[in-house]
Amino acid sequence: MTISYFILFLSVIGIFLFCYFIATRVWIKVDEEKKDSNNQPKNRRDFLYISSMSIGGLGVASFMWPFVKSMSPAEDTLALGSTEVDLSEIGIGQSITVKWRGKPVFIKRRTEEEIFAAQNVDLSSLRDPISDEDRVQNPEWLVLEGVCTHLGCVPLGQKMSDTKGEFEGWFCPCHGSHYDTSGRIRKGPAPENLAVPPYRFLSDTIIKIG
Amino acid sequence: MQNSSEPKKYKNSFLNWIEYRLPIVSYIEKEYGDYPMPKNCNYFWSFGALASIILVILIVSGIFLAMNYTPHTDMAFNSVERIMRDVSYGWLLRYLHSNGAAFFFIVVYIHMLRSMYYGSYKYPRELNWILGVFIFLLMMATSFLGYVLPWGQMSYWGATVITNLFSAIPLIGEGLKTWILGDYTVGNATLNRFFALHYVLPFVILGVVGLHVAAVHVHGSNNPAGIDIKSKDDTVKFFPYMLVKDTFMVCVFGVVISAIIFFGPNLMAEVDNYIPADPLVTPSHIVANWYLAPFYAILRAIPDKLGGVILMFGAIAILFILPWLDSSKTRSCNYRPIYKWFMMLFFVNFFVLGYVGMMPAEGIYLLIARIGLVYYFAFFLIITPLIGKYEKPGHLPASIRDVYIDGKNY
Amino acid sequence: MEKIIKMKILRALILTLSFIIPISSFAAGNSDQKIPKHEWSFTGLTGTFDKSAIQRGYKVYREVCSGCHSMNLLYYRDLIDIGFSEDQIKAIASDYTVIDGPNDEGEMFERSAKPADRFVSPYANDQEARISNNGSYPPDLSVIVKARKNGADYLYNLLLGYDEPPQGFELSEGMYYNKWYEGHQIAMAQPLDDEYVDYDDGTENTLPQLAEDVVTFLAWSAEPELEVRKNMGIKVILFFLITGLLFYLMKVRLWKDVS
Repeated sequence: MTISYFILFLSVIGIFLFCYFIATRVWIKVDEEKKDSNNQPKNRRDFLYISSMSIGGLGVASFMWPFVKSMSPAEDTLALGSTEVDLSEIGIGQSITVKWRGKPVFIKRRTEEEIFAAQNVDLSSLRDPISDEDRVQNPEWLVLEGVCTHLGCVPLGQKMSDTKGEFEGWFCPCHGSHYDTSGRIRKGPAPENLAVPPYRFLSDTIIKIG
Repeated sequence: MQNSSEPKKYKNSFLNWIEYRLPIVSYIEKEYGDYPMPKNCNYFWSFGALASIILVILIVSGIFLAMNYTPHTDMAFNSVERIMRDVSYGWLLRYLHSNGAAFFFIVVYIHMLRSMYYGSYKYPRELNWILGVFIFLLMMATSFLGYVLPWGQMSYWGATVITNLFSAIPLIGEGLKTWILGDYTVGNATLNRFFALHYVLPFVILGVVGLHVAAVHVHGSNNPAGIDIKSKDDTVKFFPYMLVKDTFMVCVFGVVISAIIFFGPNLMAEVDNYIPADPLVTPSHIVANWYLAPFYAILRAIPDKLGGVILMFGAIAILFILPWLDSSKTRSCNYRPIYKWFMMLFFVNFFVLGYVGMMPAEGIYLLIARIGLVYYFAFFLIITPLIGKYEKPGHLPASIRDVYIDGKNY
Repeated sequence: MEKIIKMKILRALILTLSFIIPISSFAAGNSDQKIPKHEWSFTGLTGTFDKSAIQRGYKVYREVCSGCHSMNLLYYRDLIDIGFSEDQIKAIASDYTVIDGPNDEGEMFERSAKPADRFVSPYANDQEARISNNGSYPPDLSVIVKARKNGADYLYNLLLGYDEPPQGFELSEGMYYNKWYEGHQIAMAQPLDDEYVDYDDGTENTLPQLAEDVVTFLAWSAEPELEVRKNMGIKVILFFLITGLLFYLMKVRLWKDVS
């Protein structure tokens, strides 16, 4: 995060200095081309000139920084950047939806059959091949961002009554993408598997997302 | 890139390409590069440039503040405090904006007093002066609207008091007031429209400033001696001579404004505005923004509601006809031995009015305000026309260059 | 020549006055009551907050003031600024209950507060606050230091200013005498006294110490950006001084040839 800001900061300075340099060059050009410069100072590009201009330019560039930075997420937004979820009330086979950074996150406590189905898939048959072990920290708990990787709809499959698609996972009603019990794309237009958000287990029953 | 038939004004082909299609290069060169400034202009002539820089800073900081501000009576106060606490550098944006507005007025007042002392409003710059007074009026309106937005106690009651001025107008007053407010009292509708207007008016100001600058460039800037430019020897080019001078002045002012923003950001604010607006409790003493205090003093000096309102607006309106009230042909007060002292007294009087405008309207302050009010109008309506007629002006120097060489550029 | 100097002085005088008069008239306007000045760690050009004092002050607020006064603009997460660790903040927050909801069944429910929650108010709404306090509304303390003339000094003296009313002073029912309150009648009973709060770090818990700590806490809550602000201010002013000097030198050199 800080590094990206640093790069942004540097590029703002860079762009500014570049514009400034071009502008001053243009001025000097325009100026030099007028031959009637009898009361022009002789050596304008001396140390004093360069140092004043560059320190002035640097000042204006750093003046712009607070304005740029003020548009990034504020403290209160960042404070909601992580969510702690209590898993103790979720029964086997049930799943819940929590909101994290404005997006739905699916947390599913998978049944033995679902885990088995997710683990025993020929990886070469997948569009976005990745094993189930690499998508979960504890096979019982599947944590997914509930956003279809096609065009951003929320797939069905959380409620018992929902259609879960051909692979018993999730089904996106917008354009018919089918996801399996590991949230991997199996059929339909979506290019990638449902994303796994960063999370960790704080204890057996509490996870922290983000 | 370039057709051989295009004229080659500049060596740089890119400049030529632009210039042939849109003569902006030669325009900038003419108006901001070679623009001739009288040699003897002192640092008071930097305040115009200073004011335009502050205007740009106010607009930019305002746009970024608006990204985080919520114009709703329930949320405005908290959204401003959220800017101060949670938004990155939000406190800087807000203090820059609120204190910048105050400094805008300081700079513009100095700019106006300068043009009064050196007679810049006289022939052929009358229209320029009138445009300037329009800018001043727009500034007053904008700052009033902006003061309402944080939705503190002073915002609410300031808005109530000022909008009640309109109800002084006979017959249509009450209706007009309700129309302005969009409610029976200052409410959510008022806050919303004030925000909309506060956002748009600065761009109107920017437009009028453009006209103001274009107008002064027609006949060139006035100067401390108040005499016309006669030859090239009288002037220097704006770039780099005046630009360097202006930049130095910007730095001096930068020190002053940073001292306030970083070390006393609330020095010029009212404590009551950190209390959320409460329509049921009026603060014990409502004061105008201090930069509008001279006019507020005039308003309160008159015991009659309508009379006070008329005089207050009259005090600004009279500025419009100043160029025709002044009967003297000599511009600069440096060569007007008698009028000069009345002018000085006018400056002092203006500050005194500002001072009493912030004091409670009672006892000695009320008396001072009335004396100040009488002098304010007498200065424009009696002193200025009469002295111009009977005063014998001093001997004007032959050329600006002579003044500059003598070192009398004050 | 003498005249030139005279004019220069006059001009400088007018310019200076034009800055000083408006500012000094503020100072004049503020000094209705002469509030004694107190030594604070956070005033002055380089003043910084004393973090242990803020922490102690927070304890005073938590154990005494928060019974009646809300601090709506603060979040528990803000306490990280005054030296609490994330776990400490979580523990502090979890002592409070907030009403959240509605849940999937459409009902509001209670849960313990999280660091991202605002300080929990003692009353559900303003009306309850008013009726619980004899009709006087205990003001929110988030920005109280900015919302009172002489801010920190006033609050400090107010906390120490409880006294017996002087002879012949008529005190209304349910009101208390305070030297520094406007009108000298305040609806708040003396909130602090010696040994009202026990400090963990062994600092003496006398009334002036408690008052100083809690006001330091309030000053921080009103202006949490103070240290960053002053720090940046010094740099910005230095920048303008150096740039100004360079441009002044440039100006002198440029104008040397003008005649």
